[in-house]
Amino acid sequence: MIWMTLLLVVLVLAALWASMTTALLRAALGLALTSALLAVVMFSMGATLAAVMELSVCAGLISVVLVSVTSLTERRPLKEALANRRSRLRRYWPLPFVLIAVGVALSFVHAPVEIALRVPAGDGDVRTVLWSLRQLDLFGQILILLAGVFGVLVLFRKEATHDD
Amino acid sequence: MTIEIPQSFWLYFTFFTLLLIDGLWCMLATRNLVRILIGLEILMKSVTFFLIAAGYLSGRMALAQALVITVIVIEVVVVVVVAGVILGFFRKHDSLDVGNTRSMKG
Repeated sequence: MIWMTLLLVVLVLAALWASMTTALLRAALGLALTSALLAVVMFSMGATLAAVMELSVCAGLISVVLVSVTSLTERRPLKEALANRRSRLRRYWPLPFVLIAVGVALSFVHAPVEIALRVPAGDGDVRTVLWSLRQLDLFGQILILLAGVFGVLVLFRKEATHDD
Repeated sequence: MTIEIPQSFWLYFTFFTLLLIDGLWCMLATRNLVRILIGLEILMKSVTFFLIAAGYLSGRMALAQALVITVIVIEVVVVVVVAGVILGFFRKHDSLDVGNTRSMKG
């Protein structure tokens, strides 16, 4: 439990760094680090398949997309960047203190939790659940992927000229 | 059937809340569109973590993993499409300031 707590503390620190750092590239790297640490947490809880997905897709693919977006947008002028840095500091400095206060407050809560749930039968292997019991989810995933592909095609289409 | 939730629920709930606040703050305190997307991603991380923690605590890890895989697929599609929207917005306005969205039609 101590190792898990330490891992979760590092996870929150990585997320805090991703949200507070000034450079967008460092923020994207912080998010990749957060995803990688979340994958480690998932793996230590026994969710190996989800951990692999988190590591490959979230820490890998999404980081590449965010770094690409950052590199395709131009840097601000130095004067504007310095002014923005001071303004950012004003907006973000309470965040670590809020997180510490909420964390300390919640650490004193030890109320017993009783949740009554109807548990469906047949929760064994994740592959059985994914391919046999949650087929509608897979169908939805395929539709969402297709919607994403069409969305990107529409966003990046070239405008038709009158000569065409 | 009743599931007994162990006391470690509060540990996971605490870190879920911290990630949630971090993501919300990141989204609300900035005017940069890429940083709003990063805040949204941190929010998604908190939800993913809580789903896995719920599966771990209730012993229904296979179901939790199936849901998390669905969440990850949706997450990546959302990020790619929003990244395309941000690039289109930058090409049009030469800025990533969310305040410029007020000039959009619709």
